[in-house]
Amino acid sequence: MNKPAFTTYDTAWCPGCGNYAILETLTGVLNQLATPPHQVVLVGGIGQAAKTNQYITANGFSGLHGRSLPAAAAIKIANNDLTVIVNTGDGDSYGEGGNHFLHNIRRNVDITHFVHDNQIYGLTKGQPSPTSDPCDPLHKAAACNMGATFNPLLVALAAGATFVARSFSGDKKHLADMMAAAIKHPGYALVDILQPCVSFNKINTFAYYKQRVKPLDDRHDPTNKLAAIEKAMEFGDTIPIGILYQQATPTYADKRPELFDNIPLADKHVPQNAIETLIKSYI
Amino acid sequence: MYNILLGGAAGDGIETMSAIFEKMLKQSGCHLFTIRDFMSRVRGGHNFTQIRFGNQPFHAHRDTLNGIFAIDETTYLEHQSRLSYDGFILCDESLAIDDFRAIKCPLKKTAANLGNPKVINSVATGALLKLFDMPLDQAADILKASLRDDLVEVNLSAIKMGYDLLNATHHLSPVETSEQLLLSGNTAIGLGAVAAGIRFYSAYPMSPSTSLLDFFNAQSSAMAIAVEQAEDEIAAINMAIGAAYAGATAMTGTSGGGFSLMVEALGFAGIAEIPLVAVDVQRPGPATGFPTRTEQSDLKFVISASQGEFPRMVIALRDHADCFYQTARSLALAKKYQLPVILLSDQYLADSTTTVPLFDVNKIVHFDQPGPMVPATDDLPYQRYALTENGISPLAIPGKSPALVRVDSDEHDPWGQITESATIRNQMVNKRQNKLNALKEELIEPEFWGSHQCQSLLVGFGSTSGAIKEAIDILNQNENNYGALIFGDIYPLPTERLRHFAAQVVDIINVEQNATGQLASLIREEALINCDHSILKYDGRQLSVDDILNGIKNLKGGF
Repeated sequence: MNKPAFTTYDTAWCPGCGNYAILETLTGVLNQLATPPHQVVLVGGIGQAAKTNQYITANGFSGLHGRSLPAAAAIKIANNDLTVIVNTGDGDSYGEGGNHFLHNIRRNVDITHFVHDNQIYGLTKGQPSPTSDPCDPLHKAAACNMGATFNPLLVALAAGATFVARSFSGDKKHLADMMAAAIKHPGYALVDILQPCVSFNKINTFAYYKQRVKPLDDRHDPTNKLAAIEKAMEFGDTIPIGILYQQATPTYADKRPELFDNIPLADKHVPQNAIETLIKSYI
Repeated sequence: MYNILLGGAAGDGIETMSAIFEKMLKQSGCHLFTIRDFMSRVRGGHNFTQIRFGNQPFHAHRDTLNGIFAIDETTYLEHQSRLSYDGFILCDESLAIDDFRAIKCPLKKTAANLGNPKVINSVATGALLKLFDMPLDQAADILKASLRDDLVEVNLSAIKMGYDLLNATHHLSPVETSEQLLLSGNTAIGLGAVAAGIRFYSAYPMSPSTSLLDFFNAQSSAMAIAVEQAEDEIAAINMAIGAAYAGATAMTGTSGGGFSLMVEALGFAGIAEIPLVAVDVQRPGPATGFPTRTEQSDLKFVISASQGEFPRMVIALRDHADCFYQTARSLALAKKYQLPVILLSDQYLADSTTTVPLFDVNKIVHFDQPGPMVPATDDLPYQRYALTENGISPLAIPGKSPALVRVDSDEHDPWGQITESATIRNQMVNKRQNKLNALKEELIEPEFWGSHQCQSLLVGFGSTSGAIKEAIDILNQNENNYGALIFGDIYPLPTERLRHFAAQVVDIINVEQNATGQLASLIREEALINCDHSILKYDGRQLSVDDILNGIKNLKGGF
C-alpha cells in the first residue's frame, strides 16, 4: 500500500483531547480528495484548534488570533486553484474574530471553516468562550457566560451563509461526511464541530455531547432556511448535527469571471502597453 | 506665474470646477500645482482649492494670491488678506463684497438664462479663462471627459457665455505640456503599484487614503487587481498578507487611525517574512484628529509600530514622481527582502494635483523571486525559513511546486514549525535582522538641494520637499548659504550625506509638519547629530514656502 499523501506529526494537545479525532478525520478526508498536499492550504489563527495545520503535511498558514478568515479568503482569491481550509477554535472564530466571521460569510469566498467548538478557552486555561453555557446561579461552573451564549449557526444563517453544518468529534463517520461535504461546497462553508475539552470544560464533556447529539433525519430539508433556523435554535437536551442548510449561490469568484478564470490571479500579467495607456490617460 | 483660489461651501461644486479648470490650464500650455483644503462634511462649511500655474513646473503652493473666485462672502472674508493689491475677486454681482479689487459679474443671471442655475461655476470658469487669455478650443473635449453626457452642452454654453463677460487682463506664454501628466499623489501611488504588477489591494475607507481604494476599484477589471473593501483595517492587512503568501503582489492602504489597527499584523508580516507594502496617508492625529487635513506625525509611530523586533523599511514620499516610482520600488523591495515596507504619504500630497513628466514604466525595477533553490522531497522538505548568509531565504509560493510552504506568527524553525528552542530563536531573530544589512546597502541618500558650500542646512522629509527646495532657492538669491537634505528613504535612516553636511555647516534646522520634531529625534537617535533649530507646523495646513522663509527670518533676523 502506498503511503498516504497527507500524514500527521506529533501534537502538543492534552491526552484525550477532542482535537485528535478531528485531526485524524481531517487527514482521512484529505486523503480521499484527489488534491495533492501542495495544493491544500491549512489556515489557523491562535489556540489549540488553530495548531491543527502544524500537524498535517500540507501548506500551513498560522496567522494571528481571530484573523484566520480574512487571510484564508485572500489566499483563495490570490490562487483559486488552492483548496483552503481553516481550522480554529470558538474563541478565535466567534470572539476575537467575530467581525471577520460575519463579513467572510457575506464575502462567500470558496473556503471551508472548521470550528473546533469546545465551548471554552483551552490554551489560556479555562476562561469562558462566546459559546460557553449561560451561568446558572444554582450550579456555579468555572467557565460560563454572564451574558448571552453566542449561537454561531443562527448567526451564520442570518448573515447569509450558504453551507451551515454541525458535527461532533465523537462521531468520526459523521464528521468525515460533514467535512467532505463542506470542502466540496462552492463558497464559504461552516462546520461547527462540538468537541470536549478534557482539561477545562467539566460540563460539556464527551458524555454530555454523546447523550445529546442527534443526526438530522431525512425529513429535514437543508434547502429550507426557516427549518434550518429552527434547528439552529435547538441546543439543549438534544443537539441536532448534520447539514442544517445548504444553498447554491454564486461565489466571490463566480461574480468576477474576468479575474477568476483558468489563470490564478497571482499569475496574471498585464501587458506593459496596457499600463502605459492607462498612465497616458492622465496626460 | 499666478496663484488663484476657488472657494465656496461643500456641495457648491468647487472640486468639479477646479478639476475641469486645471485640465484647461494644462491643455493651454501651463504647468500647475493645486492644493485642496476641505472640511470633513458633505455640505456647507468652507472649502477651497488653490491653483498655482504658469510656464514652469511647481512643487509647492504659495500664500499670496493673484485672484479669488468667491462663490460666497465667506470665501472673500477668509482669504482677502492673502490677495495681492493688484489681484482680483471674481464673484456674482449679488454678493456683498465691498472691495476695489472685485470683478462683479452676472454669473447667476447667465446661469439662470441657460436654464440651469448649477452651471454658475462653468460661467465663472469661462470668465477666468478669458481673464488669463486662455483659448476655449479644448473646452468641449475636456467637458466630455469630465461630465455626464447630458450636462456637457449646457456647461459648454455656460463657459462660452462666461468667456464673453470679461476682457483678457493677464497673459502667459504657453509651454509644451503634452508629455506632462496631471494627477494627484494618490493616483500616482496607484499607477506605481499597477506598473509594479499589483494583483491585490485591500483597505477600509479612511480619509485621506480613500481615493487609493477608489482608484484600484476603478482599475480592478482592466488591470487584474482583486480589490477588497474589508470589514476593518485588521482584515485589510491580514488579507494583504494572505494574498502575498499565495504569491500575489499585495498592498494595503489607510491613514494613521487604520494603521493603528494594522499594527499587530505588521509584526506578523515581519516574523512570517511576508512581502507587504502598507501605505499610511497621514492626517493630523491622535485618534480622529483632523480627518481631511495634513500632518507628518506618524513617522516615529510607523518606525516602531508593533510589539517585538523585526526588520522593516519606511519610505517617505516627497512628490508625485516619488509616489509613482517609490511605490513601485517598495513592492520590489518588499519581495526582495521579504519584509513589510511602509510608504508614508499625507493629505497634502494625496489630494494635491500637479503636472509631472510622463512616468516611464521602463525605469521600474521588478524583483521576481527565484523560488526554492533546493527541490523539496520527503527526505528534504522545503525550508521556508532556511538560514542563509544574508538572512534572505528562498521563497516558494504554495501550489507552485511540491514544496509545502509553512508560515507562522509564532517563532518557528527553518521548516516553519512552531518552536520554543532558545537556539533557534536566536538564529531566527538574527536571520531576520540580518536582512537589514543588505537592505542598507541599497538605501537612497536624501536629496541635496542648494549650495554645496552651505553654512545652514535644512532637513526635512516627505511632502514638504517642494516647499523646502523653493525656499532654499529664494534664500540663496540673497546669500548663497543654504542647503537642504530631504529624506525619502527614512528608515533605516541613511546617514552618509547627513554626516558630510553636518560636519560642514554652522547650524541644522529641521523643517517638519508636526509638533515634536520627529525627524530631528530620529536623526539624533540614528546619527548622534543634533538639530539646532526647528520650523514646525501642526495646524493641519501644509507648511508653505512662505512659512519656511518666515521661520528662517524669525530664527536669523531680517534679510
